[in-house]
Amino acid sequence: MSVLVYTENWEGKFKKLTFELVSYASEIAKMVNSSVTAVSIGKVDETELRKLGNYGAAKIISIENNHLSTLDNQAYAIVLGEIAQKETASVIVLSNNNTGKAVAPRLSVRLKAGIGSGVSKLPLSIIPFTLYKRTYSGNAFAHVVIKSEIKILTLAQNSFSLIETGSSATIVKMDIPVDSYLIKTKVNDVHKQTGRILLTDADVVVSGGRGMKSPDNWAPLVELASVLGGATACSRPVSDEGWRPHEEHTGQTGKIIAPNLYIAVGISGATQHLAGISSSRYIVAINTDKDAPIFEAAQYGIVGDAMKVLPKLVTAVKELKK
Amino acid sequence: MKILVCISNVPDTTTKIKFTEGNRSIDTAGIQWVINPWDELSLTRALELKDDPANGIKSVTVAHVGPGSSEPTIRKALAIGADDGIRINSESADAYYVAAQLAEVIKKEHFDIVLCGIESSDFNGSMVGGMISEYLGIPSVSAVSGIKIENGQPILIREIDGGKEVVSVPAPFVAIVQKGIAKEPRIAAMRGIMMTRTKPVKVFEPVAAEPLTEITIFEKPAPRTACKFIDAENPAQLIELLQNEAKVI
Ligand SMILES: Cc1cc2nc3c(=O)[nH]c(=O)nc-3n(C[C@H](O)[C@H](O)[C@H](O)COP(=O)(O)OP(=O)(O)OC[C@H]3O[C@@H](n4cnc5c(N)ncnc54)[C@H](O)[C@@H]3O)c2cc1C
Repeated sequence: MSVLVYTENWEGKFKKLTFELVSYASEIAKMVNSSVTAVSIGKVDETELRKLGNYGAAKIISIENNHLSTLDNQAYAIVLGEIAQKETASVIVLSNNNTGKAVAPRLSVRLKAGIGSGVSKLPLSIIPFTLYKRTYSGNAFAHVVIKSEIKILTLAQNSFSLIETGSSATIVKMDIPVDSYLIKTKVNDVHKQTGRILLTDADVVVSGGRGMKSPDNWAPLVELASVLGGATACSRPVSDEGWRPHEEHTGQTGKIIAPNLYIAVGISGATQHLAGISSSRYIVAINTDKDAPIFEAAQYGIVGDAMKVLPKLVTAVKELKK
Repeated sequence: MKILVCISNVPDTTTKIKFTEGNRSIDTAGIQWVINPWDELSLTRALELKDDPANGIKSVTVAHVGPGSSEPTIRKALAIGADDGIRINSESADAYYVAAQLAEVIKKEHFDIVLCGIESSDFNGSMVGGMISEYLGIPSVSAVSGIKIENGQPILIREIDGGKEVVSVPAPFVAIVQKGIAKEPRIAAMRGIMMTRTKPVKVFEPVAAEPLTEITIFEKPAPRTACKFIDAENPAQLIELLQNEAKVI
């Protein structure tokens, strides 16, 4: 028996989210009295793989199959399904990111395994296997019982703390052949954004709404994000207007994020916006309207004009970093 | 090519969610049901593709798993412009169950492109589309933010961490779509509303499938602590609190 965790890599490197996943899987392994097997697909060198041991993986299966260099949902599900059976996995953990959302449902049907998606906490109980899950875009939470023998969980990014165990893992190289006719996704072109912190990875996010008034006013907001080492985001009307790129749109119909700190500037706090940010650890609101609903979601607030407040915040952070 | 758009109905996004006795289910009294926002955008994009004859889209069908009372959802999709509808006459038990029903219908009716929303705004599961594709053993592309037809070949844009990929897969396939797929949802015009009565809706009885998950109880989100206000003249104090009290910077 094992708890299987799929550890995605980005150009051969793991990210914080990978270690969150392994930490989460290890805690589950303790609950079900078993051990963690991590599965890595793609070229990852041994030093990098070893890092997974430090978060509790007992065994690491590394598959360097060239066929699998681009994500083909079907092929990945076949490979993970096969390993799950080999390792007699009782629980399978993936990230709730694009890859996890692409593969988990296919795996579910392959293994007849129920899914708990986007979880942010450990199961409430093991018998029955009960999860705590966000529903109605954060307006309600549900206890979900998974009845199948194998359970699949997708973990929300930034929702689980890293737990270092100091232990090490055995690395097993494996080749799972997949018939090439089954790999049908052809990637014709790739556009990568480089040099910036990804919104979904950022610990600090500074986000602007319609209250920023004009796309020309963004400089102090971008600067605040930059001095805080964070990323920038925006509300939907802002990206709809083309003031900011679509990748920055957060909310129910945009990205769902959970940074440690979310600073909402000139954002009213509509439920659809909150749906994308309400899992943030701390929310700060800066708004001219003291009755704006965003203040109900925020722990810290400043009632004031963004254009006056932002430069002062930038100065204060720079002072602090001196 | 024939397109199928899977649609679910969800409470209007501004609905205050209330529970029934014992918090076992959502209190549906007074809820305004709408087409799940993602599905509405998928439908919009499917219709845009059909508008251009060069794309060779023969028909756009919508399918929904729900009891008779959810028929207005299908009618609404027909009013927006779908050619016909399919309803699988069943309550939706869980994603696995719903996907089994839709897969069965797709087997019978044959579609080249199946569009599903990335998640429904009620259970936020992100599962049905991927499950359908595995039931059918056909390719799926997830996080799709664009679709077009070039020389009879569907070309998809999928979002990856920190970028986009332009991908192609042979039909039939399932595309799980998200933001970007269409700009604004298409709205039903008078003509469309008049036409819905003449458009066919096929009703299928559900096949046997066992749900794998069950919601046992609902809870309200924990209330946030009250907001601490900082003087706008002295925002440096905010930075001080973030550093020493919240410890997040
Ligand atoms: C189906 C559906 C899905 C949606 N999905 C999303 C989504 O994913 N994400 C999203 O964001 N929205 C979404 N929306 C839209 C949402 O309902 C709101 O309209 C939107 O979030 C409002 O954006 P905003 O806060 O930037 O603008 P507004 O609501 O116009 O708020 C602007 C705020 O700025 C303040 N302000 C004005 N001047 C200043 C100043 N000088 N300094 C500081 N503050 C100032 C105002 O007091 C106000 O509170 C969705 C809507 C629907 C119907």
